[in-house]
Parts: sequence; C-alpha cells; structure tokens
Amino acid sequence: MSGLRRLSDEALVSRLQHAAFTYLVDHADEETGLVADTSRPGSPSSIAVVGFALSCYPVAVENGWMTRMQAARQTLRVLRFFRDSTQSKAGDATGYRGFYYHFLDMRTGRRVWQCELSLIDTALLIAGILVAAGYFDRDGEESEIRDLADALYRRVDWHWAQNGTSGLSQGWKPECGFLHYGWEGYNEATILYVLGLGSPTFPLTASCYETWSLTYQWENLLGRNVLYSGPLFTHLFSHAWIDFRGIRDAFMREKDSDYFENTKSAVAIHREYGERNPYEFEGYCRDFWGVTAGDGPSTAALRENGRDRRFFGYMSRGVPYGPDDGTISPWAMLATLPFTPDAALAGTRHLLETYPQVCRHDRFSSGFNPTLRSEPGGWLSPGWYGLDQGLLAMTIENHRTGLIWEIMRRSPYMRAGLARAGFKGGWL
Amino acid sequence: MQSTSPPARPDNDARFLSRVHPRDWRNPPPKTRYDLVIVGGGPAGLAAAECAARHGFSVALAERAHLGGNSLNAGSVPSKAIIRTATVYGTMRDADEFGAQLPAEPALDFAATMARMRRIRTRISVYHSAYDLAALGIDVFFGEARFGGPDTVLVDDVALRFGKAIVATGARPQIPDIPGIAAAGYRTSSTIFDMTALPKSLAVVGGGPLGCELAQAFCRLGAHVTIVQNNPKFLPREERDAAEVLSWSMARDGMDIRLNTAVVGARREGGARILETLNNDMRGEIAAEEILVCTGRVPNVDGLDLAAAGVAFDPRRGITVDRFLRTSNPDIYAAGDVCLSLKFTNVAQASARMAVENALRQTRQRHDGSIIPWCTYCDPEIAHIGLQVWDARRQSIPIKSYTVMLNDVDRAITDGQETGFVKIHVAEGSDRILGATIVASRASELINEMAVVMSAGIGMTALAAVPHTYPAQSGAIMMAAQAYTRDVEAERRQAASAGASA
Repeated sequence: MSGLRRLSDEALVSRLQHAAFTYLVDHADEETGLVADTSRPGSPSSIAVVGFALSCYPVAVENGWMTRMQAARQTLRVLRFFRDSTQSKAGDATGYRGFYYHFLDMRTGRRVWQCELSLIDTALLIAGILVAAGYFDRDGEESEIRDLADALYRRVDWHWAQNGTSGLSQGWKPECGFLHYGWEGYNEATILYVLGLGSPTFPLTASCYETWSLTYQWENLLGRNVLYSGPLFTHLFSHAWIDFRGIRDAFMREKDSDYFENTKSAVAIHREYGERNPYEFEGYCRDFWGVTAGDGPSTAALRENGRDRRFFGYMSRGVPYGPDDGTISPWAMLATLPFTPDAALAGTRHLLETYPQVCRHDRFSSGFNPTLRSEPGGWLSPGWYGLDQGLLAMTIENHRTGLIWEIMRRSPYMRAGLARAGFKGGWL
Repeated sequence: MQSTSPPARPDNDARFLSRVHPRDWRNPPPKTRYDLVIVGGGPAGLAAAECAARHGFSVALAERAHLGGNSLNAGSVPSKAIIRTATVYGTMRDADEFGAQLPAEPALDFAATMARMRRIRTRISVYHSAYDLAALGIDVFFGEARFGGPDTVLVDDVALRFGKAIVATGARPQIPDIPGIAAAGYRTSSTIFDMTALPKSLAVVGGGPLGCELAQAFCRLGAHVTIVQNNPKFLPREERDAAEVLSWSMARDGMDIRLNTAVVGARREGGARILETLNNDMRGEIAAEEILVCTGRVPNVDGLDLAAAGVAFDPRRGITVDRFLRTSNPDIYAAGDVCLSLKFTNVAQASARMAVENALRQTRQRHDGSIIPWCTYCDPEIAHIGLQVWDARRQSIPIKSYTVMLNDVDRAITDGQETGFVKIHVAEGSDRILGATIVASRASELINEMAVVMSAGIGMTALAAVPHTYPAQSGAIMMAAQAYTRDVEAERRQAASAGASA
C-alpha cells in the first residue's frame, strides 16, 4: 500500500485502473463470458457488470492489457451467449422481449433469485454491447460482433416496457408482471431513456422522456445549483457512456447547464456535506466522501453518545437528504476523475493515506464505515463488486483518453436517442 | 410496561356531549325560509354558519351526530393529543441525546393518555357548543338531513326552506375491499380512540397522512407497529425527499415498514388478526393484535338525496363543484371533505367561508387551494403550501427550489431536531414564491410564515431582509431566502464578467 502512496498521480491512477479492470477478467465465466456481480463465492452474474466489462475490453486493448483478438473473442463469447440464451416468459429464462434478468447463473445464464427483468441493467448491458460494436470495426470476427450487437439491440422491446403508459416501469417479473416502481426524480436512468428512444425497432414514445423529466427538481442546495439526485453513482453511470459536455436537453437548456456540469455540482455538494458532517460520522471531511449505492454494514443498530447508529447493508445512500449511515464507497471519489480531477485525487490520496485497508490488491472495496468499530479500523465490505470496478475503469479511461465517449459519440443509435430526447448542441 | 390510572371522570364525557350534542336539546321551530341552510356541523359547516351569522344572514345548521365533526371527535384534536403524549415518550427514550438521564424506564399509562385526550377534546368542544351557536342566532337542528327538493332540506321530516344551501357533510374512513377484513375485525380513525389498552402489536393499513401519524404515535407509545402501504412511498401527495425523510424516521422508531405492498386478505387466528400481503410476487403475512385501516376517506354523500336537489356527485370524489364551490344546483354550494380532494380541517374551513361569501355576498372567490398550507403531523412534521415542483413543471413554469437542511440551522441543532429541511420554490427569473415544503419537528408552525408571506405577495428578496429571532428554527426560512439573494448576486457577477470579457 505504501507503494501506492509514493506513485505520481498518473501512475497511481493507471495502476488502480488496471487493477479494477482485472476484476472483470478474473471473475468472468470461461464459457458464457458472464461476469460475477461480486468476488464472493457463488456470486451470480449481474448483466450490468457484463455491460461494464464489454465497455472495458476496448480499454484493455488500448492499454495493452489484452490483445485485440483476445478482447474480440471475449466479446464474441458474451454476445453469442446472449443471442443463444432463452428469451421467454419462463421463470428460469435468461430474458424476455429482448431484456434480461438482473442476475444470471454464471454457467447456465439462467435467471436466479427470482429477480426482475431489469430495464436499467439491460440498458447498461446494451450500452456495453454498443461500445463493442463501435470499437471492433474490422472484418472477420469483428464483423460478427457488429452484427450480433445490432441484433441484440434491435430485439429489445423498449416500447413494451412502457406498459401502455407514458412512463417506464423499473422492471417486470413473470410471476407478477410489471413492477410497481417507476422512475421519480433525476437518477442514473438517462442512458436507459436514450437507448430506448434510439431504437429503430421498438422505441419508447417521445413523451416518455418528458414524463420522467417532469419529476426533476432543480435545487440550490448547500450553496450549489444542481439537478438533485442523492447517490453519487447516479451522477456517473450514464456519464460513463455519454459525453454530456456541451450537449443539453430541454431541461438543461432552461437551466443553462448540462449534465457534465451538474455532476461537478453534485461532487461539490458531496464534499461540502462531508466537511459539515451533520451526523458526526467518523472520518468525514472535504476529502472523505462518496456516499452512494454500495455495500455497507448490516450490524444491528447502536446507541452511541446519544445518537442512533443504524446500518443499512447494501443500500443506495444519498446526500444530503440521506440515507447515510457513515458508509462511503471508497471507489467513488476516484470515479469522479473526469469531472472534478482535483477533488477526486485529493480524496483518493487522503483515503489511501488514512485508511489504506480500503484498497486491497489495488482494488477498492465496495463499502467502508469507520464509524462502526466492530472491527479494527472500521467496517469494510469483503471482496469487490463488479459494478464498482467496471465503472472505475471506464471513468478513468474517459478522463485520460475519452475512449468510451468517443466510441459512443459515433453510435448512430445513441445519437438518435439523444436527439429524440431533445439533446442539442456541442458534438451533436 | 403499562400501568393503569383511574378511568376518566364520567362527567368529562357528559360535559363534552352537553356541548356537541346536548341530550336535552330541542330543535327550534323552523323559520319560513333561511338565507342559508348548512348540512353538516363539522369544521366546514361551523365555519360557514358563524361566517354567515356574523354577516347577519338567517342560518340553519343540521347535524346528525356531534358538532365539531371528524376533526374534533375522531380526527385532528384527539390524534394530536395522543401524538403529543407519544412524543413525550419518544423524548424520554432519547433523553441521552440531550445529555439527560431518566431515573427509570418510563412506564406507559395508556388510560392516562386516553383520559388526557378526552379532557382536551372536552375543553376544545367549548368552541363548538350548540348553545353558543344558538346565541349567535343560528338555528341548530340535530337529526338526519336530506334534500326534499331544490330549495328544501328535511331534518327528520322537518322542512327547512332556503335561499342558499351549503353541503358540508365531510367524509368517513374508506374501507378497502380486502377479503376477510370484516370478519378479522379492524379499527379505523373513528374507532381507534375507543381502545382501552395499548395493543402489543398494531398493523396499520395505509401510508397516507393519518396512517403515518397514528402508526408513529402508537409505536412511540410502545406498540409494535407494522405499516403497509400500497405505493412505493409514504404520503404520495408529498415530494419524494419529504416522504423518504419520514420513512427513515419511522424506521428509526422501530416500525416495520412494508412499502409497495398490497393487503390481499385478512383472517383471524386465535387472538391474532392476520393480514395477507403481496409485494410484487412476494407473499407475506403480518400478525397483529389490532388492525387499523387508514386508506383514505370517502365523501359522505349517501342518504342526502342529492338527486332531489339536482346536485351532481360521484360516490368516490364527492359532490361536483366549480371553482367557486357551486354545485350543479346554482343555489347549493359545497365545502370541505365532501367535495375537495385535500381533506384537511383548515382547507375545509377556508372553503366554507369562501362558499358563504360566494353564495350570499355575490363574490366570485375561487377555491384553488394555492395558498392554503397543510401538514402531516408525524415527527418530523411534513408541511406544504402552494405549488409542488411537479405541478409547476407540468405547467411549464420554470421553478427552482432553495433548500436549507435543518442540520445547518443553529436552533435545530441545539434543539436536537435536525431532521428535515425548508424548501422554498421560486419562479425562476423572479423572486416570486410559488410554494414551499417544510419538514421539521414544528413544520406546522413554520409553514404559516410561508402562508403569510405568500398571501401578502412578499418575494424572496424582501423575505431575506426580514430579521428573525435568533436562534429560531424559522431562521431556516430566512436562510433559504438569503441563499436566493446570494444566488442572484452570483449570477449577476457572472453575467457582468461574461459581458466584460466579451
């Protein structure tokens, strides 16, 4: 760990990015290509993690961590698996209507845990598939990647997921149909709407995006103007694929901002919240932040110095409205590198100096809570989560070379989706 | 642990009844014709009667049960009394938060809690006394009322002829169509206060204002409470952040929270009542000693023979009124819960006064509810006035919210009441206040400053300059306005520097 601290910024970031990426290789199934949700034994695959992995193989090629052929073959393995997987209403299918279940058995690819057919996670998978289609532009095996990617994207029936409304459900189950939850308020779903709107086969209706954006709140919060969303990851996920610099939808035109600038404001709020530390959590300061979705302690509530300390386990945490139990996701600060590089590095260095245990084998843990002292040095999520590692590898690449953004800027589907969502200006 | 105290003095209830429905009451002989006949003696009916009488009109008021309506008898007043006691118990449990120590574990005296509630109800009933109304010149008729024609109300077959009438019959608890619920046995907000002992466990069906208030209160009194809401969030009428703050607060109290969960059946097993639940595809059961159903309120339109008066209504939405509270019979108006979707006491009273003005004084006051605040009395309380952000966005009004977290407000910190926020919604490009949402221990009080500010048309700039006491939780309102002025100044500086560099 002391080795990390001595590295230059560039070397540090490069090493952490490589370590994050290797998770996606170390935890991929050799046959299906599916990638495990977490490093814990028996973990199923999360289709979102597969989307991140597909996005990261080109990153690996460009950084010399994989040969182009290795990356293309790994990509093909995954795409062929999805092409051949069962799409039906059966409870153990892989997907239905072109969507996929959130969690799949690593080896068989069948649905596990009676989980939902997930719209957002399918969108993250499809985004990765489109990265592959955009990157692998040569003949031979690479042309099959493009054909498969196109077919998989085209078969997603986004319109069906509206369930006859102008909104969008969060998912569907064969046992009960569409889930009750909808999308309220700004969050990570922009990529879902953009991909759904860009479909040449089963697009979302034009009003769908507006219906969602009517629930947005533009707030002056802790001295910053922001389109509010509490968990930090919601300001990063869609941004891993879409270069929001200079492009604006109707909402952002009205606010004279864009979603890239908005993430900068969100980071400023998270830092300010860390400094104010209203709940007096251990460690919080301007360089200790990253309250977001991730693993956390499930320990029973404590009463400490007249304060309730409740712990939420795996949870989407947010700032400043909460929930917040003193858990941060150690990877989150570095993941803001493209937006707020100084803050990202200052926070990451502070974390590595003060709590080096959060970065074992150069990979950040999913959750860390120094307030809970049930273990020496605070509570630490065991192992790693694929989403964290994939996002980190992508955002670092976007900061360093803009590779993913560049690929997706060229995607005709992405461009069509952005246009239908009302985005204009900049590179569009 | 529960201890018991002697039951309330029997004369307490008698005194209460002597005001809201005196046993020896004799309905007066009806006048030939009244300027105004009001059906229903709840908050709306009483407000209308007093308003019309003070203007010198002849008024008859018909009430079938007790004056004061649901608000006094089984709603606002009793629930707030119980909530106050529950808050005391909650504070005692959190004494160490304030650096205080209790000598012993507090014991609940449920009988004393309920007796206090009844005493308070009796005390407040003095303002709803039938004799006082009579002294104002109002003819009070107790009995079942129905329309006998377009200009006649019959109270137990006594005809009251009117120039104008106002229907203010309120609403009653809605009972959802849950198989087995009747056989299992349940309570509603109308019967929950009849309990003589605190149930060990209580299952609350419904996460609207009343369900949340009562669930939290009984939880703090010591019952194990499970609350089931067939929606992804509590208080669907409120914004997400407010509803989520409440969710966390209720979880902290130790309540079992089942959001997005439908109750699909109920049954009785021995001493327990069982609710069968469905969360998407997950079936579950909740066993409890008592079930409290709080799934909204339905307007009281039955038995009024509204058709005889040509008054259109919908059994679920109530009497149909225009913006001036006039029904399909131009001589008949409606006010309060029987016709409005916002079923709050203050809204009922305000609408009633407006109906009187429009019916008798030929004004054209519009009821749009835009500057009537409302509050849900949980801890923290959740209060709102004016437009919600989604209302503004649907109307294409550019809107921006200035938010101050209570954990940044000195007095909230010293009070140990840091949970919540003040959000003031402003029309962008101006300092015009469109609405506000306040989540705070005393949001019901703080929101009234916003009511005054909005009624007077005061903007954010002027509000920022109004000195507030220090320290005070209402300082959060001033701080939000000051955030506005800082924001505007920053924009000006930015524009100036952009202009200079151009």
